[in-house]
This record gives sequence, structure tokens and C-alpha cells, in this order.
Amino acid sequence: MEIFVSIIIGVLTMCAVYLVLSRSLLRIIIGTALFSHAAHLLVLTTAGLKTGAAPVLVDGVTEFTDPLPQALVLTAIVISFGVTAFFLVLAYRTYQELSTDNMEEMKGTESYD
Amino acid sequence: MINLPVFPIVIPALAAILMMFMPKRVQLQRAMALGALVMTVIVSLFLVHTVSTEGIQTLNLGNWQAPFGITLVSDMLSALLVTTSTLLTLFIVWFAVHYFSDSYEGNYLYISMLFLLVGVNGAFTTGDIFNLFVFFEVFLMSSYVLIVLGGRGVQLRESIKYLLVNIIASALFVMSVALLYGVTGTLNIADLAMKIPLVDNPDVITVIGVLFVIVFGMKGALVPLHYWLPGAYVVAPTPILAMFGALLTKVGVYSILRTYTLLFDGNGEFLQTFLMVLAVLTIFIGMTGAIAYNDVKLIIIYNIMIAVGVILYGISVNTQTSLEGSLYYLIHDMIIKAVLFMLVGMMIGITKSGQLRDMGGLITRFPLFGWTFFVAALSLAGIPPLSGFFGKLLIVSGGMDEGELFGPLLVLLSSLFVLYSVMKIFLNGFWGEAKREYDGPLVPYTKRLIVPVFLLLIVAVAYGFGAEAIHPYITQAIEPLVNPEIYIDAVIKE
Repeated sequence: MEIFVSIIIGVLTMCAVYLVLSRSLLRIIIGTALFSHAAHLLVLTTAGLKTGAAPVLVDGVTEFTDPLPQALVLTAIVISFGVTAFFLVLAYRTYQELSTDNMEEMKGTESYD
Repeated sequence: MINLPVFPIVIPALAAILMMFMPKRVQLQRAMALGALVMTVIVSLFLVHTVSTEGIQTLNLGNWQAPFGITLVSDMLSALLVTTSTLLTLFIVWFAVHYFSDSYEGNYLYISMLFLLVGVNGAFTTGDIFNLFVFFEVFLMSSYVLIVLGGRGVQLRESIKYLLVNIIASALFVMSVALLYGVTGTLNIADLAMKIPLVDNPDVITVIGVLFVIVFGMKGALVPLHYWLPGAYVVAPTPILAMFGALLTKVGVYSILRTYTLLFDGNGEFLQTFLMVLAVLTIFIGMTGAIAYNDVKLIIIYNIMIAVGVILYGISVNTQTSLEGSLYYLIHDMIIKAVLFMLVGMMIGITKSGQLRDMGGLITRFPLFGWTFFVAALSLAGIPPLSGFFGKLLIVSGGMDEGELFGPLLVLLSSLFVLYSVMKIFLNGFWGEAKREYDGPLVPYTKRLIVPVFLLLIVAVAYGFGAEAIHPYITQAIEPLVNPEIYIDAVIKE
């Protein structure tokens, strides 16, 4: 099971890198979202995907899932949700202001004024 | 006072939450922000005093015992940095009160600045590596808001790049934390420091160490991860720029200092060489940028990179002397960069241009302003007895003791480049003939704006002249990094 999820993480990261390297702003945002998905899956996988009873609820359970990564991943998901929402709004505002979503046209190497 | 370490985080957070209920009442916002910051400064000075007399203060949040719950750890290192960053925020907010128009201030400006301080103080205080990530996100989110405030096209364009870089760095941070947890089964920094030497396969730890350096290097603008820095910082308004330049990159450097010395120290030559090469490259690219540009903001921004490189060089040498030098230089650089960014921002406000060719003769019209800049510039370059000198002295002698020659020489050479770049601003901006009559938007406010900058410069000068008095605190701050047992014993009491 861990091997299977690891392959999924790899594929997600690959797609994310491809999307982030493209020119369109919207694709870049989708790429960052995929990248954080990959990171979150990695948190769950590194601790081991055991199947068994729920943790800490009753005494004497031997086969249980580590609860800490789930708590971590919940925090990380909420954060990446907020940041992605902010990024989307910023992208829309930038599109309104500069009337382009092409990163090639946003290099701005000439001036910062 | 068992709760003492949490106050520098909670006071600005509560004030910011209260201020959110009345975002348009600018007068009240100013008073509340300044009041909260004064309180935080007093509390953090008290924290420094407590740590110096009673040793490392820890607080187990939610009363979960040390390796299981989140622990806040205030050793002297974090207490000193918390005090410095709070003090700087106080002066920058004071400056911002006179700098910005009322309509600008009504857009959650002070709220975001306070939340940025919450994140920075939290990152300095936390003893848990995942919690460090959370506090990173807190100050990053505030920095996103601060950098787009105003909404000019160029600001939006640069903030998109800034956001993208930081989102990727954050995802990498989560990944490296996940790998570290997978290998050791713990996230508490003290517990990690105990368990990492027991890991069977040290190469895995080296890989994770490199990942952490990449994550923190993106925040701290190490070469080759520095490319976002000039663009993102140059578009921000002056007080925001001062805050970013003084605090944000330094949090990245602090995190490298903390993790490298406590966690990845035992993992051999590779990481040390890696850090040293990055430090040397960062100094080099910083020097090139600092002398290449004629835009005053960009010159000081590239000086950030030189400073980051010098501090990182001290960290990579990793002896008591060089680490003391790094910490001394870190605090010096935070203060003096804030001063310089505010001064440079005033120059731009008065002359209505960021280019040196449009300036000149400012000192005849604004003498106090000119001499403040002169002293700040000398201090940045490290002319004794001003504050930049002692840090560099300790870093260089620490490097020499280890038999290094190239690194210490480069650190010394960088001082010359720093001196050249800031003197270029002084000679072209303050001396010579005025190019035209100065009637920029800031001219009527200059007398009020210079007050916080001048007072902050006095703090910086006192920090230099009082080096002997401050030295015991710096030594106490570095001890747990050189002997991790002190840190571990303080956090895990059994």
C-alpha cells in the first residue's frame, strides 16, 4: 500500500512541476495545489498506512494508526486552502490590473516603477 | 511566571484581533498597535532578564508533556531575537504612522503588521518543528497582505512571484518535516536532537538536512534561491520594506542556525561544506548587486544578501566564537537594516525618485537626516566601535581558528564593498548640488519621520558601544547550540 501511494505522490509532484512551469497563471495555481496535495499525502505515508482500530479510544489496541500525522495534515490542508484562495483572488486582481495572465509578459525586468 | 514565553506571541495577536472589529478607525488603530507593541517590548525585556537569571524557560502548551505536545522554548537566543524584532516593529509602526496616508492605514495595515510580528516571534520561540512551519505560514500570510497593499500593477506582478516561491517552499517544508517524522518518529526539536544520532542510516539525515537548508534558504535568500528577493522587496512601500528586510530573511537564517546546530551537526562534512559554499556565493552575488545598481532601494536590498552570507558563514564554521559572531551580527543587521530602509525611503519620498542621478545636496537642507544616514552607513560597514564591527571580528577570528583563510578574507572584503555601496548613496544623495527644488510628498513630515529613525540609530550605536555588556547574553545564547544537552535537559525534564 505504501509503495502504491508513493507512486501517486511522485505522479502528483510531476504534474505539479509541469503545471508550475507553464505560462498561464491559472495552471500555475493548480500546480501549487497539486504540489501541496503531494506533500500532504507524503505526511500520511511516511508514518505508515496501517489498517486497524481507531487510536487512543480504548485500551489494549495493538494495531492502530498513528494519529499525529492526521493532525498535522489537517493543519497543513487548512493552511494550503487559505493560501490557494488568496492566490486565486490575487491572480484575478492582477488580471484586472495588467489585463494578462501570461507570466512571459509579467517579467518586469525593465523597471520597478 | 510559567506562561512568560507565550506573551510576546499572544499580546500582539489579541490586539490585532480586537483591531479587526474597527478597521476604519485609524486613530484608535494606531494607539492600540503602539500600546500593544510597548507592552510586548516590556514583556520580552522581562523575558530576557528571567532567562538570564533562571535559565531556559519552557512552556508545554495544553499541559501535554514535552516530546508529545507542542513546547515553547525561550532560551537566550530566542528571547534576544524576540526582543529585537518587537522593538523594531515598534519603531517601524511609529514611522508608518507619519509615513502613510489615512486611507492606506485603514486597509488592515497595522493588523497585518502585528500578525507578522506574531508569526516571527512564534517562529523564534517554538520548540516543535511542525509548529515552526505553522508560524512561518502566519507571518507569510501577513507578508502577502502587506506586499499587495496599495494594489499598483507592479506590486501585484511581483507579489505573484513572491507568493509562488513561498508556496513551493512551504510544500517542501511539509515534505521535509514528513520525512523527518518518518525517520525519527518525533517532531520536538529537543527530542529530535536526541534521536537523530541514533538513526541507522546517516545519509537519510543528510538528505533531510539539505532539504531544510533549501526551505530556509528560500526564505533567507541564499544564492541560488535569492532571485525573488530584489523584485519582491523593491515594490513594497518603505515601512513594509523595512519590516521585511529586518525580520523576514532573518527568520530563515535563524531557522538554519537552530536546525543545523541542534539537529544536523553530527552528520559530517557534507552539510558544513554545502553551507559554506552557499554562504560564499551569497556574499559574492550580494557584493556584485550592491555595487552594480544606482537605485538606492536595490543597493540596500543587495546588502541584505551580503549580511545573510556573512551570518551563514559564521554558522557553517560552527564554533562557539563564530556562532557568537553570527548572532551578534544578526541582531546588528536587523536593527541597522531597518534604519537604512527607513532613511532610503525618506530620500525617495523627498526627491520623488529612487535613482541616485536625480538626488544630491540633501544634507544642506536636512542636516540631521544626512548625518543619521552617515552614521548608519558606517555602522553597516562595520567601522569600529559601531555595532557591525564586533560581529564580523568574531566571525573572522572563528573562521581563522579553524584554519580557514578564504572565507574570513571574503567577509573582510565584503565590508569594503558594503562601505563603497553606502558611501555611493551618501556622496551622490547628500553631498553635491541639489538637482532641483525638493518638494516631495514627505518634505513637510521629515522632522517627524526622522525621530523614530534617529532613536533606533541610537539603539544601534548603543549596541555597538555596549558590546562588552551584551557579550555575556550572547555567550549564554550560543551555549545550548554548542552543547545541545543544555537545550535537551531544559525541554525534557526527567
